[in-house]
Amino acid sequence: MTNQARIRNFSIIAHIDHGKSTLADRLLEMTGAVDARDMREQVLDTMDLERERGITIKAQTVRLTHRDEGGEEYVLNLIDTPGHVDFSYEVSRSLAACEGALLLVDAAQGVQAQTLANAYLAVEAGLEVIPVINKIDLIAADPDRVATEITNVIGGSAEDVARISAKTGEGVEGLLQRVVGLIPPPSGDPEAPLRALVFDSYYDAYRGVVCYVRVVDGRLRSGFKLKFMATGETHDAAEVGVLTPAAKPVNVLEAGAVGYLITGVKEIDRIKVGDTLTDAGSPALEALAGYAEPKPMVFSGLFPTDGDDFERLREALEKLRLNDGSLMWEPETSRALGFGFRVGFLGLLHMEIVRERLEREYDLDLVATAPSVAYRVTMPDGTIREIKSPQDLPDPGSRGDISEPYVRAMILTPSDYVGPIMELVTAKRGEMGNMSYLSPERVELDYRIPLSEIVFDFFDLLKSRTKGYASLDYEADEYRTADLVKVDILLNGQPVDAFSAIVHRDKATDYGTKMTGRLRGLIPRQMFDVPIQAAIGGRIISRETVKAKRKDVIAKCYGGDVTRKKKLLTKQKEGKKRMKMVGSVEVPQEAFVAALRVDDDM
Amino acid sequence: MTCDGGLLSPADVDLHAEAVAAYVHIPFCSAVCPYCDFAVVAGADEQIGRYIDGVLAEIEMSPRWRQLDSVYFGGGTPSHVDPAHLRRILDTLASHHGLADGSEISVEANPEDFGPDRASELIAAGFNRVSFGAQSFDGAVLARLGRRHRARDIEASLASARTAGFENVSMDLIFGTPVESDESWVATLRKAVALEPDHVSCYALTVEPGTPLHREVKAGAAAPDPDTQADRYETAEQVLGEAGLGRYEVSNWSRPGHESRYNLTVWAQGEYEAYGNGAHRFVDGVRSHNVRRLDAYLGRIERGERPISGSEPVRGWDGEVDRLFVGLRRSAGVGPGPGVDALLGSRGGDLLRHAGVIDVREGRLVVTRPLLTDEVHRQVLDLRPPQGWVDAPERDNL
Repeated sequence: MTNQARIRNFSIIAHIDHGKSTLADRLLEMTGAVDARDMREQVLDTMDLERERGITIKAQTVRLTHRDEGGEEYVLNLIDTPGHVDFSYEVSRSLAACEGALLLVDAAQGVQAQTLANAYLAVEAGLEVIPVINKIDLIAADPDRVATEITNVIGGSAEDVARISAKTGEGVEGLLQRVVGLIPPPSGDPEAPLRALVFDSYYDAYRGVVCYVRVVDGRLRSGFKLKFMATGETHDAAEVGVLTPAAKPVNVLEAGAVGYLITGVKEIDRIKVGDTLTDAGSPALEALAGYAEPKPMVFSGLFPTDGDDFERLREALEKLRLNDGSLMWEPETSRALGFGFRVGFLGLLHMEIVRERLEREYDLDLVATAPSVAYRVTMPDGTIREIKSPQDLPDPGSRGDISEPYVRAMILTPSDYVGPIMELVTAKRGEMGNMSYLSPERVELDYRIPLSEIVFDFFDLLKSRTKGYASLDYEADEYRTADLVKVDILLNGQPVDAFSAIVHRDKATDYGTKMTGRLRGLIPRQMFDVPIQAAIGGRIISRETVKAKRKDVIAKCYGGDVTRKKKLLTKQKEGKKRMKMVGSVEVPQEAFVAALRVDDDM
Repeated sequence: MTCDGGLLSPADVDLHAEAVAAYVHIPFCSAVCPYCDFAVVAGADEQIGRYIDGVLAEIEMSPRWRQLDSVYFGGGTPSHVDPAHLRRILDTLASHHGLADGSEISVEANPEDFGPDRASELIAAGFNRVSFGAQSFDGAVLARLGRRHRARDIEASLASARTAGFENVSMDLIFGTPVESDESWVATLRKAVALEPDHVSCYALTVEPGTPLHREVKAGAAAPDPDTQADRYETAEQVLGEAGLGRYEVSNWSRPGHESRYNLTVWAQGEYEAYGNGAHRFVDGVRSHNVRRLDAYLGRIERGERPISGSEPVRGWDGEVDRLFVGLRRSAGVGPGPGVDALLGSRGGDLLRHAGVIDVREGRLVVTRPLLTDEVHRQVLDLRPPQGWVDAPERDNL
């Protein structure tokens, strides 16, 4: 087997569209993993697969063979990482499987917040980071400026920054030499008890759960009885192998190697990304560091528009979970929306993707309540309760302080927009941290902001105030006590649970006014005046009225019209049946959807 | 029992269920009004003779019946055709079914083609009630509605009708046309009552799909505003009421004893035959209608076939629902029955009652907010029979 000194494990960190896939393709081609002739087809296959497998599947992990000028052969394991902030834990696990990372930046667009966040993760993980500017063939390319930005972020000098075009192949050969020359080889102990990191997994309909593993110490042999140190489960290593990129079974993966493992386990949540594998017969004493349970940060109630679809929604969630161990839910009942689930997501993107997949792939029509975060409420007996749904918030009389999760937000922006961003962040109860210039034109701003403000509309506001130029990344920070209240929305005196929200006291009136105003435009006139009120406890903070409709009658109904009018009215009745009754008020489904949409004027 | 003016006793309105009636459709018009969605044709006058023959043939084809209590010639514009044609139809109805003594024989007329001669000819033909498509006394409204008469033609027409001997004269008005103002509507109502009609129908202008008006509104023309129309309706209620015209149906007012008997029969779920293209009938517990297109109608008749194109049996529970559907538009409402119990026992019925839309008065279910009648109707159409209900044959024609 390959001597560890001849192995290089690395990943590529890049913002979306900065050329990660193109570079990966080029590396595959240049190392002969894929024939240039087959290249097009191969790329397409990969894309199909990715689409099929969805969000939790990082693109491929692949084992490349590179021969240097002296004829020495190296094994290069390219480990892909998801690009999005929601999956930063997964990114961190992928990075933990590497000794180095390529920080790939578009020569025209420059450094983006998400790239930066992942680059910091790489630096913190002690990885050798090789900065690379891609797309130098573009007319708009400004590699000198981008090089300055990069060195301002991660240090080093502009000469250390590789300049390539993954598209044309320019500079890629040189980049391979840098990978071999700069990234340290793995340094685990091949004779120690087995320790291997599960850095990714996916569900295969035929094989069950497939784990991507990095062997740190010892050897992972096919047929071993393995112990998963975090879950405590033991499973046989039914098959181990490497990805070339086609799966190729091998007898053993040595220390430093990267490959896959199949145990026959069918349930993805039994295998935890970040877990450490060891030999059940002679286990390691200590697991590898850094394991954490995936932690949902954003919660939303999902309700089928048609109450009969509740079971279908459950089945769809279960199917999605086969490939997405981070997806969590519990049943929730809403007086207004019926039976559904409160679903936890890693972040807003994750929420959007899941909702979209449920609607598109499983043909479900859903109403999603406004996203919420997990609040911590101190109870009178001193215990802490986690509240994920405004409905569950105890009355002020029977609770103590509420605290809310903050995030550390990193915003990269052209310096012209610093003013508007500061204003926005202040309005969102954010706290200004450091501000540093990546270049005279680009600034990195560091803030602490309540997550609830981010999930509400922050991202859209940021984009609109910076003409789309600012990018945002965030990570969980501490919980802080805040003066939070529950605002209820009452229709005709009846609270509508789906519209309740936990908001800061200073924003309560704002929320109430906007929600009641919005609902006034969405709720059709009824046979009587319908007051729409926003209230904190028993105190009304804003009020609107949907005036009673005055005329709803066909002008003429004579002998010639009876059958036709009946048909018309029956059709109208069917339309009304799709409405939800809130007390005696008919509320169209669209009103829930539209009122809960957070992306326009809120 | 007071029912908005106290014109009709409930027993009176329900008696009309026993009467039988006939409707005759005359589709011809000089021009088609932009809001109209009836089965009408303009510029097809050369077809009139052939059509009349067709209607005569259709009458002959229909089963002989009891004596008719009322006959209604609607359109289109019956007054647009030679009264001699109408007379042939009326004579055939009389010989085929018979006309009861004192039967009501109505004809619709447009002020644009109605003078002393026509009035006398219609009286001579046997008509005793005339209903004018007056629509408005406001020139701007008439223009917007594409009407071809002026306000003074209405006065002249009514005068001609009275002179010729019509003792039962009605007038249709349309309110809520976007060019109309509150003042012009009041003026129209005052001018209408000044002519002392026996009967007035007031209709909210309705944008019907497929009409030129509908296309104009879709293209951005002003649409009637329902709240404005509600105001105008209330104004009509007041002005007509002060003039001694009581409302006996959502859109119909009359002097006592001058309610439209034909329409009362329809609303009492009485039976009526119908002749002509697009005409609807209710006979033997079945609502059916003729083909709508003139050429298709004539083709069927000329092949010796009855021109029926669709039917809906309304027996058993459906019949009871139908009784409420047609009956609740009347101010007198409907008498007790399983449908009334079902409505009052439903959640929807409860809401309607709480919102003051329906009420039970002296044992009858009445709609107390007529402008929301469709709310009641949607609920009625959704009613399910009580447990154990069987549509037994003997329950037919409830």
